[in-house]
Amino acid sequence: MIDGPPPADRAGNEAGASSPAMSSLSSLYQQLILEHYRNPRNRGELPEADADVRMNNPSCGDSVRLQLRFEGDRIVATRFSGEGCSISQASTSMMTQVVVGKSVAEVQQLIERVKEMMRGDEAAARDRALGDLRALAGVHRFPVRVRCALLGWNALEEALRQARG
Amino acid sequence: MEVLTRTAAVLDLERVRADFPALAQEVNGRPLAYLDSAATAQRPRAVLDAMTRFSIQDNANVHRGLHELSRRATERYEAARARVARFLGAADPAEVVFVRGTTEAVNLVASSWGGAVLREGDEVVLTVAEHHSNIVPWQMLAQRTGVRLRYIDVDDAGRLRLDELDALLAGGRVKLVSLAHVSNVLGTIHPVRDVCERAHRAGARVFVDGAQGAAHLSVDVSALGCDFYAFSGHKLGGPMGIGALWARRELLEAMPPWQGGGEMIDEVLPERSTYAAVPHRFEAGTPNVAGAVGLAAALDYLESLGRDMVEAHEAALVRHGLERLAAVPGLRLYGPPGPEGRIAVFTFTLDGIHPHDLATILDAEGIAIRAGHHCAQLLMRRLGVGSTARASCFVYTAPEELDRLVVGLEAARRIFSP
Repeated sequence: MIDGPPPADRAGNEAGASSPAMSSLSSLYQQLILEHYRNPRNRGELPEADADVRMNNPSCGDSVRLQLRFEGDRIVATRFSGEGCSISQASTSMMTQVVVGKSVAEVQQLIERVKEMMRGDEAAARDRALGDLRALAGVHRFPVRVRCALLGWNALEEALRQARG
Repeated sequence: MEVLTRTAAVLDLERVRADFPALAQEVNGRPLAYLDSAATAQRPRAVLDAMTRFSIQDNANVHRGLHELSRRATERYEAARARVARFLGAADPAEVVFVRGTTEAVNLVASSWGGAVLREGDEVVLTVAEHHSNIVPWQMLAQRTGVRLRYIDVDDAGRLRLDELDALLAGGRVKLVSLAHVSNVLGTIHPVRDVCERAHRAGARVFVDGAQGAAHLSVDVSALGCDFYAFSGHKLGGPMGIGALWARRELLEAMPPWQGGGEMIDEVLPERSTYAAVPHRFEAGTPNVAGAVGLAAALDYLESLGRDMVEAHEAALVRHGLERLAAVPGLRLYGPPGPEGRIAVFTFTLDGIHPHDLATILDAEGIAIRAGHHCAQLLMRRLGVGSTARASCFVYTAPEELDRLVVGLEAARRIFSP
């Protein structure tokens, strides 16, 4: 996991950050996001999952299936599948990495922190606890895309409820 | 790049664009390229003015006041009905029912005609390319009545599988075929006249969803031979919240009321009521009179441009769009690959870039497209994609806007290239 400031803006390079909109675009399409989109982590199916959640975004058709395995209170394995845009796929991919080894309480804190970041909270966007997820900070400037970024996290919340129920 | 072939009669595009105030704005620091007209079209000033004039001078409730304003409002409203009838090639304005839009028209027919006529075991034929608004009302009817829904497919070029229609009709249980005049995703112009002939030979009625068709084609319900035709005002430059259902008079006469309320009654008694004649029987409550006035103004405006010139402009956009998009590496176009039998709606995917990402990147360039399932999840499944990008044109669309789309797609490819 990366510590320190979010990775440098490299997206939109040759596309030219010639307008404010284009520079917002570069903050949205960070290389780290594109890299997770192209090479998603923990994609696939988890045998013997303790939680198995499917979630759709009916307005755009994105879908995600998230599976979790617990040992006691801690998440020990995650897998996801589904179809969606770079933001929803990268956000979910990063999320599956970051939650492994964390307790339910820690994950719940993380979810809140990510939601704060999506609301544009700058302190959250600098929080080292978010690691790679800070690359998603630029999404808040695209309100219609926030729901893409949160699709996997909403599935995670539901999975925690399922595991406890 | 292709040089557009200009015929003698060409649309004065600059003048047309100047008629649409919404087009003259910048979005994200760039001139707006509005390529989402299949979702809703921008409105000409003539429509806005007609609605404002109505509100300032003539606003009153219709069919009930004996005063001058009510008389004028009623006159405007009924004149709009006659205008719609003329637009559709219908002889009798009483065959035109004002509705909120195509969706409401489908619900009206499914509920009233379907509820009265269809029985358990009867079949309603739809196509996999239908908009959700021409699927879900029939599903609701099917759940209520036991009517069975059957679907016909489209081929890989986006054309209707008429052989499948024939096979279903041969089963002898089909009472209705309901299909779009033009697919909102594929842009395919369906052979409605042919479908009507086949359906009628088998004793089935035909409902035509004209949401896209009426905005792009000359409609003549008697030439098409359909039984029901519906369209929405906002897809052809009119306001939202108004549309029309046309149906053969004998069908309307036999249909029970749909919604109850004022305006649709003849006499109200404690236990029952008698109903007004068609079309008012299907117009419960205060209607959207300003909307009807705006819709009539939109139809007048389109006619004033000249149908031939509008069609020539559309054909030029189709050719230009197909040629430019075909040159984009990794682009896959859905729908008819050639210019025949289609309108200027371009639905596509680009390898390695999700349509939502395309829409966001294009928006930063002031280019408005739609990304998603376009209310056609059955078709998305059939095409094997979760979502697609769609650029759609109207009478004001400039070929240069399609060029900007292509440049924007190339920018997206650069952002996403490893």
